[in-house]
Amino acid sequence: MSNTTQLLRFITAGSVDDGKSTLIGRLLHDSKSIFEDQFSAISKTSEKRGMAAVDLSLLTDGLQAEREQGITIDVAYRYFATPKRKFIIGDTPGHEQYTRNMVTAASTANLVVILVDARKGVLTQTKRHSYLASLLGVPHVVLAVNKMDMVDYSKQRFEEIVGEYKAFAAQLNLHDVHCIPLSALNGDMVVDRGDNLDWYIGQPLLELLETIAIDRDVNTSDFRFPVQWVCRPQTEEYHDFRGFAGRIEAGEVSVGDEVTVLPSGRTSRVKEIVTYDGNLQTAFAPQSVTLTLEDEIDISRGDMLVRSSAHPPRVEKEFEATLCWLSEAPLDKGRKYLVKHTTRTAKCLFSRIDYRVDVNTLEQHAVEKLNMNDIARVALKIQQPLVFDSYEIDRATGSFIVIDEATNNTVAAGMIA
Amino acid sequence: MSKHAFTHLDALESESIHIMREVAAECKNPALLFSGGKDSIVMLRLAEKAFRPAKFPFPLVHIDTEHNFPEVIACRDKLAADLGERLIVRSLEDSIARGTIVIKDESKPRNPYQSVTLLETIAEFGFDACMGGARRDEEKARAKERIFSFRDEFGQWDPKNQRPELWDTYNTRVNNGENIRVFPISNWTETDIWEYIGREKLHIPEIYFAHEREVIRRGGNVIPVSHLVQPKPGEQVEVVSVRFRTVGDMTCTAPVESTARTVQEIIEETASTRITERGATRMDDQTSEASMELRKKEGYF
Repeated sequence: MSNTTQLLRFITAGSVDDGKSTLIGRLLHDSKSIFEDQFSAISKTSEKRGMAAVDLSLLTDGLQAEREQGITIDVAYRYFATPKRKFIIGDTPGHEQYTRNMVTAASTANLVVILVDARKGVLTQTKRHSYLASLLGVPHVVLAVNKMDMVDYSKQRFEEIVGEYKAFAAQLNLHDVHCIPLSALNGDMVVDRGDNLDWYIGQPLLELLETIAIDRDVNTSDFRFPVQWVCRPQTEEYHDFRGFAGRIEAGEVSVGDEVTVLPSGRTSRVKEIVTYDGNLQTAFAPQSVTLTLEDEIDISRGDMLVRSSAHPPRVEKEFEATLCWLSEAPLDKGRKYLVKHTTRTAKCLFSRIDYRVDVNTLEQHAVEKLNMNDIARVALKIQQPLVFDSYEIDRATGSFIVIDEATNNTVAAGMIA
Repeated sequence: MSKHAFTHLDALESESIHIMREVAAECKNPALLFSGGKDSIVMLRLAEKAFRPAKFPFPLVHIDTEHNFPEVIACRDKLAADLGERLIVRSLEDSIARGTIVIKDESKPRNPYQSVTLLETIAEFGFDACMGGARRDEEKARAKERIFSFRDEFGQWDPKNQRPELWDTYNTRVNNGENIRVFPISNWTETDIWEYIGREKLHIPEIYFAHEREVIRRGGNVIPVSHLVQPKPGEQVEVVSVRFRTVGDMTCTAPVESTARTVQEIIEETASTRITERGATRMDDQTSEASMELRKKEGYF
């Protein structure tokens, strides 16, 4: 692997019937990322279950309970690398009740591969997966039309499905959609081109994953630095050192830049950008650094540093958001919850539930409560002001989780409107 | 550094630093589990990057099985001393003396008992978060575990009832008596670890590099001869060039035959190897398809 290899995180959405596990197995197998002991384990299991060929989908079965029941119950992360890129796959089940798993995996993904069966075309679940990808702001979408071998590798069938999908996708907030015909079973257009899809002139799946441009996936313009931890060594050598440690969530910053501390609104200039490997002149997202400032001002965890000249974030106690409810216990409007947003945690109340979105039809319904897997537009009141951008502008500063103080569970994920 | 040079190692490093700082900022009494193995040595460098010029805001903790390779223990002590950080060592022997562990066969691996001493140590110091160097590519139960992995008051992991983990907004909250295990290098692979060791020029125990060693072959594994493992009648002692891919309990950690004497040679060997790290080296994980899952449910890392 070279010194310039980038990291791409992607997820796969589709059901077992669409050949999702087979596709992942095929990617790992044909890119030579499967080890002999893993292969021999799944060969043994395939034989035990009376299968004629090795079932590549078994590679993604994780826990004992899943192996016993032949299902996938949670998000599993898998890793493989080619000489061009290193990949993290978030593998999520396709069943309706697992919206929360897809939302979880999509939250960190650069790209989603949405699988459809060429015989069945665009289904309700295809629309659901696409809507969730759009909601979570996944920057790139690949529609993988699988099982082309079952429709005689028909170009016409592929184009029908692509036409229908693009018409639907136009209603969503998806900016970069690619469509690939493939057969995971036979390996056509997954890693190798194969011999059956000569009419398709685009890239095979792996080549697309290796080359798609991801530099612009993070917001590069507006500097956002949530303070995580205040570094005060209190040693002889660093007697007066007061550094603000955190990760740059968006944009870049240079020594000498004027920065504003929010929510207080005080300003200062960047004195040093400290790292273990020496001070930097400029740093950018998503680097983790420690900043020192020219002036001694009161700054603690939960505050955010932004560049004074750039677009300011909003600093407010009330806002609207799209919420995905993740917990078995429904949302109780009469209760207080905790919101964790960047590095700040505060009490919150849900002042309104405007509507629930039916993820299959995108229709809006008035509701009184939210159950697990529900997606809804809500209004929140926070005990103290948060410093945020809308999720569409910045995934890092526009997202939050909701924690139930009674159980400490993470009960919802929110995207600020 | 230019934007275009931000590599996968830079991305992984920044993610790990971010996780460690969240632990330091939000947990009341965290600890970093440190064994002297390669993954935990990477963890120490990441902690230096996260917290210097300050001291680490947590101690280092090692649960010693007393079945460790002496080279690894020497490396553990030297690194902790060089960094000037506090190292707490608790031994399985302490638990054996207390009677909370009963060893039936001295020659058998002690990994299953490590959970007991770990949970006792967590209780002794009141740790609410223990950071460990486990990676998701190691094993299929790990592949499904969260970065912030909640444990109940019995130290147990419930794989079907994990907290959803979104973006990089981590829920660190626990009640008294409960704790979380945190895995800052969850997303690293074996190759990433070696590339990072090479890039950062980290000092690791010599036994990771190829060396001549007396071994015996037993049940398809190459086993190092030591005071704990002696040849049985009929077994031949051979001297072979080997290196260790993992350095756990001496009775169940098998070396691989290798001539790789530098980090670069190991990276090349890792890229071309056809056997997973644990499959090649951990006999305790070969016993059943769910060995690790079962150990984790009982409180293992």
